[in-house]
Amino acid sequence: MESTNQILQFLINALSLGGLYALMSLGLALVYSILRLVNFAYGELVMVGGYSLLVVGQAAAIPWLIIAGIAVFMAIVASLLLERIAFRPVREASANTMLITSFAVSTLLQNAALLIISPRARAVRIPSFFIENWTVGELLISKGNLLSLVVSLATLGLLTLFLRRTIMGSALRAAADDFVMTRLLGVRANQVIATAFAISGCLAGVVSLFWVGRAGSVVPSIGLTPVLIAFVASVIGGIGSLTGAVVGGYLLGFLTVALNTILPQRLLDFRQAFLFGIVILVLLFRPQGLISGAYSAERI
Amino acid sequence: MHRHSTVAILVIPLLLIAVAVQLIGQVVLERITIVLFINLVMVLALQVYMGNSGVASFGHIAFMGIGAYASSLLSMTPEAKASALRSGYPLVEQIHVPFMPALLGGALIAALVAGVVGFPLMRLSGYGAVIATFAFLVIVHVVLIHWSEVTNGPRIIFGIEQLTTLWVTVALGLLAVVLSYWFRETSLGLKLRASREDEHAAASIGINIVIVRLVAFILSAFMTGVAGGLWAHFITIYSPIAFYLTQTFLIIMMLIVGGADSVSGAVVGTLLVTAIFEGLRATENAVNMSDLLPGSLAGFTEVLLAAAMIVLLIRRPQGITGGYEIRWQHIRGLFSRSADADQAALAPADREA
Repeated sequence: MESTNQILQFLINALSLGGLYALMSLGLALVYSILRLVNFAYGELVMVGGYSLLVVGQAAAIPWLIIAGIAVFMAIVASLLLERIAFRPVREASANTMLITSFAVSTLLQNAALLIISPRARAVRIPSFFIENWTVGELLISKGNLLSLVVSLATLGLLTLFLRRTIMGSALRAAADDFVMTRLLGVRANQVIATAFAISGCLAGVVSLFWVGRAGSVVPSIGLTPVLIAFVASVIGGIGSLTGAVVGGYLLGFLTVALNTILPQRLLDFRQAFLFGIVILVLLFRPQGLISGAYSAERI
Repeated sequence: MHRHSTVAILVIPLLLIAVAVQLIGQVVLERITIVLFINLVMVLALQVYMGNSGVASFGHIAFMGIGAYASSLLSMTPEAKASALRSGYPLVEQIHVPFMPALLGGALIAALVAGVVGFPLMRLSGYGAVIATFAFLVIVHVVLIHWSEVTNGPRIIFGIEQLTTLWVTVALGLLAVVLSYWFRETSLGLKLRASREDEHAAASIGINIVIVRLVAFILSAFMTGVAGGLWAHFITIYSPIAFYLTQTFLIIMMLIVGGADSVSGAVVGTLLVTAIFEGLRATENAVNMSDLLPGSLAGFTEVLLAAAMIVLLIRRPQGITGGYEIRWQHIRGLFSRSADADQAALAPADREA
C-alpha cells in the first residue's frame, strides 16, 4: 500500500512536471524545426505571460480564467510582434546572425521589463487551488499539479489535432520537415512562420500560467529556467522533430522528479550541471536526439 | 611592408588613449579605461576563436570565471582565504604567489579546462556548438555557485588585493592585439579561416579542422582567463553571477558590432560599445539623480544597446569593419583622392581575402 502510494505520487508529479516541460520544449522546437532558429527570446514570452497576469490581475477584479486568457493572448501577440519586427528581416541571414539576434531580443525584453515594471520580484494573485491539496486516502495530490497535468495533456491533444487534421497544420508539419520544398509546393512562407510563432507564443503563455502558479511571483529573469529546460528537453528528445520535443519534455520531467527523490542533498545542487552534461553527451553521440527529425548539420 | 600595418594602426590609438587618461588623472576615467582594456582582451580572445572559425561560442565567460577564481585563490594570502572561505583543501589554503604568476596560473587552468572540454566540443558546428557551449557556460556557472569550498558559493568572495593597475591592463591589452593579429596570420590561423569559409573544401585539402579549432579555443580560453584574473584583481569582490549571460551578451555584442572576422573589428567594436555604454550609463545616472522622471531608469542602457544591436544585425550583420582589417592603404585613401592612392588601395596583392 505504502509503495503504491509512493509510485502514484511519483507518477502524478512526474507527469505534471513532464507535461509542463513538454509544452516548453515544443514551443522552442516548433520554431527551430521550421526556421532553424534557436529562439533565446522564448523565455521572454513566458515572462510576458507572467507580467500580464501581474498587471491585469492588479488592475481589475475579474475572474482568474479571463486573466489567464489575456495572459496567453499577450504571449501570442508578443511572439507575433517578435517575428515581424526582429526575426523576419534576418530570416535570410546566417544562422549565427539569427541566433545572436534572438539573444539580443531576449536581453532587450528582460531589461525592458526591468525598466518598465520593476527589477524586484512582484507577487502575483493566483487562485487558491494552486496551493491546495487533495487528500485521496493516503495520497496528497496538489491541485495545481493535477491541473497542469490535465491542461498540458489537453493542449498537446488539441495541438496534435490541429497538426493532423487541418491544412495549416499539415503545412506546418511539412515545413518542419523540409521548408524549401514546402514553399516550392506553393505554401506561403510568411503564413506558416507566423502560425508557428503564434502557437509557440500560445504554449509559452500556458506555461507561464503554471510557472507563475508554482512560484507565486514574477521577476524579469523568470523566463531563463523555462528556456534552459526547453533546450535540454528538445536536444535530448530530438530537436528536429516535434514528437521528439514532447518525448524529451516528459523524459526530463521524469528524470527531474526521480533525481529529486534519489539524489542526496549535496549532489542535488549540481543537478542542473548534471542535466547539461547529458545535453553535451547527447549532442556528441546522438545529435539527432532520441527521435530523429529531418537531416540537420552533421558533426565532423 | 604595409601589409601588417594594422597592428600599428590599432596599437597607437589605444596607447594614446591610455596616455591621455593617465595625464587627465581622473579616477572614474581611469576605472572606465581599465574595464575597457579588460573587455578588449576578452573580445579579442573571442575573435581568435569565434571570428576565425565561424563557430559561435556562448561559453567563453565561463573561462573568465575560472580565471578569476583561480587567480584570486592563488594570489590571496592564507589569512584572507581563511576568513573568506571555509575551504577543506590544505593546498588551496596555503598557496600564495605574486600577481603575475597568479594571473598566469589562473589562465593556465582555464586553458586546461578548454583543452579537456574542447576536444569533444570542437567536432560540433552550427546549432550543436551553440547549445553545447551554452551548456558548458551553465555547467561552470552551477559549479561555481555550489563549490563553496573554492568560490564561497553564491555569496561574494572578498579579500582580494587590488593589484590591477592601468598600465598592466594596457600592456596586456596591447599584447592581446598583437597576439590575435599574429595568430590569424600564421598557417594555423589561415587554415582555421579556410575552414570557416568552407568546411568541406578545407577538410578535403587535408586540414584537420578539429585540431585547428582546438588550438584556437585553448588560446582563446587562455586570453579570457587572463582577462578574468585582471578583472578579479580590479574589482576585488565578486560572485558567480558576474560570469553569466549579461557579460556574455556584452562581449558578443562588442565583437559583432565591430565585425567578427577581423581583429580591427574587435578593437573598433569594444571602443564603440564602451563609449556608448558609458555615455548611456552616465545619462541614466544623471536622470536618476535629478529626479526628472518618476521612478528609476534601471535597464535603460541595456535596452538601447540591445535595440541598436538588433538594428545593426538586420542592416549590416558583418559589423562595422565588415570582416576587413584596417590597413594603411585605407587611411591613405581617406586623405588623398589621387589615382595612386586608389590604385594602392585596390592592389590585388594587398587585398584582404
